[in-house]
Amino acid sequence: MSHFRSDIRQRCVEVVALYPQARSAMLPLLHLAQEQDGYLSDEGIAEVAELTNTTPADVRGTASFYDMFHLEPVGKYVVSVCTNIACLIAGGEEMLAHAATALGCALGATSDDGLFTLEEAECLADCDLAPCVQVNHRYVRATTADAFDNVVAQLRSGALDHEVPAHGSLVRVRRSVGLQARRGEVAEQRATAREARATRDAQRAT
Amino acid sequence: MATLDAPLIVSSRAGLADSFTLARYLETGGYSALRKALTMFPEDVAKEVDAASLLGRGGAGFPAGRKWSMLRKSPVSYLVVNGDESEPATFKDHFLVERDPHQLVEGVVIAAYALQVSQVFIFIRGEFALGLERVQQAVNDAYEIGAIGSTIFDSDFSIDVVVHPGAGAYICGEETALIEALEGKRGFPRIKPPFFPAVTGLYGEPTVVNNVETMSNLPWIINNGGAAFAALGAGRSTGTRLFALAGRVNRPGVYEVEMVKNTFRDLIFDEHFGAGVINGAPVKAFIPGGVSAPWFGPDLLDLPLGQDEVGERGSMLGSGSIVVLDETTCVVRAAWRITKFFSRESCGQCTPCREGSGWLERVLYRLEHGGGRDEDMDLLLDLCDNIAPGLGWPPQQTTICVLGSSIPSSIHSAISMFKDDFFEHVRHGGCPLD
Repeated sequence: MSHFRSDIRQRCVEVVALYPQARSAMLPLLHLAQEQDGYLSDEGIAEVAELTNTTPADVRGTASFYDMFHLEPVGKYVVSVCTNIACLIAGGEEMLAHAATALGCALGATSDDGLFTLEEAECLADCDLAPCVQVNHRYVRATTADAFDNVVAQLRSGALDHEVPAHGSLVRVRRSVGLQARRGEVAEQRATAREARATRDAQRAT
Repeated sequence: MATLDAPLIVSSRAGLADSFTLARYLETGGYSALRKALTMFPEDVAKEVDAASLLGRGGAGFPAGRKWSMLRKSPVSYLVVNGDESEPATFKDHFLVERDPHQLVEGVVIAAYALQVSQVFIFIRGEFALGLERVQQAVNDAYEIGAIGSTIFDSDFSIDVVVHPGAGAYICGEETALIEALEGKRGFPRIKPPFFPAVTGLYGEPTVVNNVETMSNLPWIINNGGAAFAALGAGRSTGTRLFALAGRVNRPGVYEVEMVKNTFRDLIFDEHFGAGVINGAPVKAFIPGGVSAPWFGPDLLDLPLGQDEVGERGSMLGSGSIVVLDETTCVVRAAWRITKFFSRESCGQCTPCREGSGWLERVLYRLEHGGGRDEDMDLLLDLCDNIAPGLGWPPQQTTICVLGSSIPSSIHSAISMFKDDFFEHVRHGGCPLD
């Protein structure tokens, strides 16, 4: 019995097929698991382990290395406020303090209504529009307290449901085709090329 | 005066509202370079890139052509494109993947053809949700028009391209850590030697890792020739380069600038670029190439934007990001925040980096927030010296990767340039600007 919804399961299977080794699909699969559950549940981790030929302990150990993966439930919207150098100069710390008040949750915590989790982010690479705020890793370009409040109001009302989908970085990333260069063929081409080069090098050496 | 007559090589489309679409890309000459490359011998494509003297745009500045030529003896198995841009204040790859994903994809296929690699992975930072969408769409489109896939554009070359998302770890920008992440593991940099993934890379096979901006230059180089690229800039720093300008300037942003022909002053003050410091304040200091780079004072504003020019003065152009500090910026706070970043992002494998970064961060925190001591500055420098002995440039390395040896840069710079500010923090019992 699959824990993943059939569409997520289907996407997982497609993703695994893109890599020479199943384990390489670890990060994308964890994003997909998070897309369904909002965080990495025990069931989601077990299914990723099955799909990548690893163990749940191995999956958890890998996931815990990466900031984007949540091993505990988070709010529908994860709000990341950057305070790194460019944002620090532009008032990132003040924005983080404002966000805590506006969202009603402390840094690292989730608001009582389960809507928001607040994170302090490292540089999010949007430094010309500092301080930088992302919601579920979408840039919301809220550089002032008023703009931030406006974004929060829109998130609460559902006006941004399309621009800021819940959880996961791959929500709208869908590959439309499978691999085409066919690995066997490519390996053969490569072996031939290797032989030709070896012959040429041998000739050159003599 | 800034030199503005160089062509825009990688940002020509960036200003257009639909710059990321296939239709716009094809209308502006897209995929003509790939068609041209496919009529050439792969070795000749590589030679053009060699002739361009294109330095890698990821941070280390290693010549792309030389990276490739290390592999000509044995066939390469994989090409991996590094789009895990996370160096603080660097946002040029973000700009490229969102605004011109097709240019990246075309460059990637050209590189793959030159290297005769049939399997490519484009690693995009996980936090770039929109960038991931755009690059995946570009790859889908490219399959659709036959630029990727089996026997592309009716040549005998076949290639697959997979877009791989990161998941939030600065260290995965280090190429061996990136490969570990691509293998589905924790992003631990690999022990050297071998120094290059060219020897042992993805799945233990020869692998080339190139940066997003490096790849994005290739369509123009193939269309116009390596010599045309090399004619721009001067010395080893050829062509144009994207600079991400941030901090206390009027117009922060990503600007494509001809290398060497322009100076830091041009970039920061010219109306076309930064348009000066906010409120006309003087520059107190600037970071010339990402937070791993030692800082410069206003005396070096007239230094040309060239790799060797900056290297000779004891810093680096690195990831191409420039942060301007003025008197409203507390240098202790800046050094503390940068160190906090390294402490948080240290992968934890090597003791000097893991323990040193946290220790340094705590000392800087107490200086900034009250509780600093006169002897703290000596303590900071001593700790830095333990991580990168001698505190010279380029730094000595005591760790597996260069994250460790990058930690002392900001601290050493801040103390050397603004020692009085540190003592003022001790006397004042915290930050005087608070």
